[in-house]
Formats: sequence, structure tokens, C-alpha cells
Amino acid sequence: MKYADEFRDKAIGLGLARAIRSEADPQRPYRFMEFCGGHTHAISRYGLEDMLPKNVRMIHGPGCPVCVLPAGRIDMAIQLAERPEVILCVYGDLMRVPGSQGASLLKAKARGADVRMVYSTVDAIRIAEENPEHEVVFFAIGFETTTPPTAVMIRRAQKKQIENFSVFCNHVLTPPAMQKILESPDIRSVGRAEIDGFVGPAHVSIIIGTEPYEVFAEEFGKSVVISGFEPLDMMQAILMLVRQVNEHRSEVENQYSRAVMRDGNRRAQAEVSDIFELRDAFEWRGLGFVPHSGLKLKQTYARFDAEICFAMSELRVADNPACECGAILRGVKKPVDCELFGMVCTPETPMGSCMVSSEGACAAHWTYGRFRDSQQKRAS
Amino acid sequence: MKAHQRKLDIKHGCVDLSHGSGGRAMAQLISGLFHESFGNEWLARGNDQSAFDVGAGRMVMTTDAYVVSPLFFPGGNIGSLAVHGTVNDIAMAGALPLYLSASFIIEEGFRFSDLKTIADSMGQAAQSAGVHIITGDTKVVEHGKADGLFISTAGVGLVPEGFDLSAENARVGDRVLISGTLGDHGVAIMSKRQNLAFETEIVSDSVALHDLVARMVAAGGCGIRLMRDPTRGGLAATLNEIAQQSELGFSLQQEAIPVKPGVAAACELLGLDPLNVANEGKLLAIVSPDLAGAVLAAMRAHPLGRDAADIGEAVPDDHHFVQMATSFGGARIVDWLSGEQLPRIC
Repeated sequence: MKYADEFRDKAIGLGLARAIRSEADPQRPYRFMEFCGGHTHAISRYGLEDMLPKNVRMIHGPGCPVCVLPAGRIDMAIQLAERPEVILCVYGDLMRVPGSQGASLLKAKARGADVRMVYSTVDAIRIAEENPEHEVVFFAIGFETTTPPTAVMIRRAQKKQIENFSVFCNHVLTPPAMQKILESPDIRSVGRAEIDGFVGPAHVSIIIGTEPYEVFAEEFGKSVVISGFEPLDMMQAILMLVRQVNEHRSEVENQYSRAVMRDGNRRAQAEVSDIFELRDAFEWRGLGFVPHSGLKLKQTYARFDAEICFAMSELRVADNPACECGAILRGVKKPVDCELFGMVCTPETPMGSCMVSSEGACAAHWTYGRFRDSQQKRAS
Repeated sequence: MKAHQRKLDIKHGCVDLSHGSGGRAMAQLISGLFHESFGNEWLARGNDQSAFDVGAGRMVMTTDAYVVSPLFFPGGNIGSLAVHGTVNDIAMAGALPLYLSASFIIEEGFRFSDLKTIADSMGQAAQSAGVHIITGDTKVVEHGKADGLFISTAGVGLVPEGFDLSAENARVGDRVLISGTLGDHGVAIMSKRQNLAFETEIVSDSVALHDLVARMVAAGGCGIRLMRDPTRGGLAATLNEIAQQSELGFSLQQEAIPVKPGVAAACELLGLDPLNVANEGKLLAIVSPDLAGAVLAAMRAHPLGRDAADIGEAVPDDHHFVQMATSFGGARIVDWLSGEQLPRIC
């Protein structure tokens, strides 16, 4: 497969694994957080943990936009979808995300709500044009990567004067969440994450560049390597992080130089900043309220804002108190440390954010890695 | 005096509620369309059931319902699929498929021309598989109450003397054989879904496997512990099911698992795993290690087993995990799918 197999070459991967083993100092731990769920998925899917020495540990961060969406926002979407005039367009992996009391969009659809799975923002616009008698709402979600397509779609709807279209905006930003993890104001309840560096999300940096991560190197003294999602990308990024730690450097380095530039994509940034503005705070499942971490539509585009059009009121639902997601996605605990893991909390019945989508830390461990727990138990 | 009745206008007409009413219109649909496509001596008798000879030995019986969307896809349609799927369920017992039944639930407004195409391909699929569709049923439902057409088929077949395939037969050290590339059917279907159309040359692998099975049985006999066709849920679901039933684990080698580059690329694009994607013309066999080589050679000598591969072995495991050494050098679980396989956001 062109442009994929090249980045999955076993011989090069084993070479990088050897380099990491020889350069990592066995006397000290290396704790790197991959913020993005795409990285977590890749680590699990290719079994990369088996290729790293024991003292190089990957901490699975909160970076899955589906996982971090709080149950209250899902409840809001369900209420919206249950309005008879509304067609709600959503990306596929949102359908199963649990709201409060086990509700989900998939269940709402089964009860008769018109929820349609779409693969792109273009589909949502098409559905609005084909159903002028309905109000079509696009459930917008994702990090900086998926925000520009939403912005482009809103502009297109405006240009085509589509009156029956709006957006339920749940776009969130990565740097404020990383800062929240490092500052960890709830240190008393969940403990502080011991992190030596971050594997930064390449798809996000294609849009925003590497510059927004410089604060973590300069102010927090953390190494950052922006990495692609193929296994060779990941292994090279980990080697780069090991070298930074060994050389007492904390810099932002760019492993994904084939697509990421320091300044990112200026045109996409301009498009986003023209249509969206920062919310004062946005709630993240497992992290709580994070200041300036979410986007909403500017007043100029209020007529496309579903929260205004349908007078939606904010719903808040408390996470299960036994759920350890807050500590797990800060790297303080591992999935198996949570007493709900694999018992009441599985991918079929997720209780917390880390189990919600396949890219969450607990779901990835359950789906791809739980055989290691039994191996470790046997070994001990 | 014989009442005059206009012939079915197959080219321009469509099914309406009268075609399911039990009256003359229904009789006309059955004789003018289904009998034409399936024609055989049992149907020609026009009874509500068909009597048939039972050979010596044990019979197998199976039933399945087909609700595929879209109804027509590259490499087949719901009709050929309904025959292949049921024939294969019989063949996985190592049995010779003999007779099928077919029930149709048709939405009013469904075009006769499409129904004729589907029935014809059922007839052809049955003929090439050496089975007869000897009884059936037709119901018509109001518009909006069915997705065009649902078909349900049942089938019976004859198991060879002394043959008893079952997951309980599997033993540690048994080899896992797959008859060809994975995910072709699922990707062919997805490529034609209304809101997911993408260009691909992948066609469904939907086909009857009884002949391939007969060659395998000849080569491996009772060394074949069990066979399954990895349909919905793909290889992952099938192997996990066998692991649970046999109380064993399985260890696979990713590099040995055949996947067409086009299927791998489509799955990559959609964030799907080919191991979870459906197949309709592939089989998985658990075979004793001493006979695995002979069975694999027999599979590869058959046109439907050209890409057959030995992909792993049964191992002792209290947790009944299906593990896989990845082609990149790590290890992972191959788990059941959780819910429906849905594309990821980013």
C-alpha cells in the first residue's frame, strides 16, 4: 500500500527498537504521554509496547474527541434529535457514546429519532438541501483537525442561503488540555502526572503548526515531539524523546516534517478564527472544566448555532465516582488500577471516558493489550 | 371458462400488495417469476411443501436471513448471497448440501425486473452448487416496512459417515488455515453504500464452498477438527467464538494473513480492521498438525483456495484470547468487535 507500507517496515522498526534500547538509560524511567487517541490506537494495534524497554513507558492521554465529550453534551444532542423536526447528522463513532443513564444516539435512533451517520461535512449539507421541511443539525466534534471542515461548511451554507441548517459545536483545543494535565489543580484527588515528554498529534499540528506547543518546552520544561501515526513515526518520535531527555533538552521537535510546519496552515487558521471564538471554559469528560479549551460560533454566525436556534440549555452529568478516568488519562494510574475496568466497564458498556471510543486508553488496552495483564500475573 | 390474466410485465411492473394476498396475483408471481428462475420437479408439483429422499447417515439443517443493503453489489446480489450463505453453512459441517427453501418478504413497489434478476441469480447459484430450491413463501408488506427485499433461506445436507466437525475437537497445536483473502465482501458492500461510495475494483467473494470443502475432506478426513465461514464479524469474531467453545487460545501471525491491497487501503481509509470485516466465500479450518500440510495443499489446488494460508495455531490459554504477532514486530489481541464497526472521526 503506497504511503503506508513504507512506514510499517518491520526491519526499520526493529532497528529503531534496538536504538531506543541502547540509548535509554536503564537506571531511570522515561514517561512519555501520547496526547492523541490516534497514537494510543497505533501503539496498541501494532503492539509497540512490546518493542520498548520496560523503563520506557507510554502514558495514554485524553486525546480522543469522542472520549472527552461529557455525557451532558450527549444528552443535549439526544434531546435535539428527539425533536420531530430535526435530522441530526453525526460521525459514526459518536453513535454509541453513552450519555446519562445509558442513553446514546444509537438508542435514540432505535426509538425513532432521525439520527443519520455521515462521513463528511458535505453529507450534512446535502441532507439539508434534500430535506427542506426539516431542520438539519450537524453534531460537530473534534480537535483542531476537524474544525476547518466545519468552518468551510458553515460558510458554504451561508453562501448557498441554506436556511434549515445549523451546527451543534463541540470542537475542542489540545494545548489548553495539555496545560490542564501539567498544572493538575486537582492534584489532591488524582495525583500529579510524572511526564518527561509528549508525543504531539501531527494531524492537529498540520493545522496549528508546532508553535503552540513551545510553551510546554519553554515554561514547563517538557520535551515535545510532533509525530505521525504510523508505527515507524511513533518509534522514531520515541527515540527523539529519549535523546532529548538524555541530553537534558526540552524542545519542540517535528518528526512529521513531511506535512507539519511551524506555522501550520494559515488559511485554515484564518477560516476557523473568522467563524469560531473561544468559550470561557468547556467541560471534558475526565478532566472537568478546562478554561479556553472549546470553540463556539461567533455572534455573526449565530443563525447557524444550534444551541441558540433551539434554545438548548447546558446539561451537566457527574461522572461515576468509582471511575478512575481522571487519574488514568493523566498517567497517574493504569487501566487495570481501576476497579471498574473489565468488570462493569467494557467497550460494550463503557462507564468512563477512557472506555468510550476505541481510541481511549482503557478501550485500547481492553481490545488489544489485556493479554499482557495475565502474562504479568503469571510471571509474578 | 378459463379467466384471462395478463402476463407479468417484468420489464416495467412492480410488486403490489395483491402479490402477497394469497390470490391469483400471488400465484401468478410465483409461477411466472420464481418457478421460472428456480424450475425443478419438486416446485413444479405446486405443493405447500416438498417431500424428498433422505440418504443414509446424518442430516444437517440450517437457516439464515438476508437483509443486505444495497441489494446489488459488485460480485453478486442478495439472491446469490442467500444461496451461497446457506450452502456454506451446510458445507462447514463437511456435508453435501441438497435442498433449500426460500422465503421472500417484499416491499410493495419493488420492481419485477429487479426481483427477476435476483431470482435468476438464486437459480443459477443453486444450480452451480448442485442444490434445489424446493419450497418457499412470498409475503408483500406495505411501502416503508421493509428495505426493498428480505430473503430467508433454509437448507439441508448430508454428512459423510463418521464425520463430526465441532469446536470441541480442537487441540493444542492444531493449525489455523484460511482459504483466501479477507474482507473482500464487506469492502465491496461498503463501496456501494449510499453515503460512502468510493471507487474500488474489489468484488464480493460470495460463492458456494461445498466443492472446496469436499476436496479438503478428501485430503484431511477427520484431521479436520472444524470449519467455519467467517461472515459477519470476520475472522476475529469466528476465531474468538471457536476459542470460547474449544476452551483454547489462538496465536496468529499477521504477516501470514492474506488481505488484498485494495481491501487494506479501503479499511485504512475508513479506520476499519480487515479482520473484523465480513466475508461470504472464505472458510476457516482448524486442522491437526500432521494433516495441515496436505489439507493446505488441497485448498491451494482448488480455484477457491488459491490464496489459502496457514495463519497460526491453537495454544493453551485459560483466557481463550486470540493473540497475533503483528507484522511490525509487536503483539496484540484480536478481539471481538464491540457493537457495529464504525468509522473513526480522525
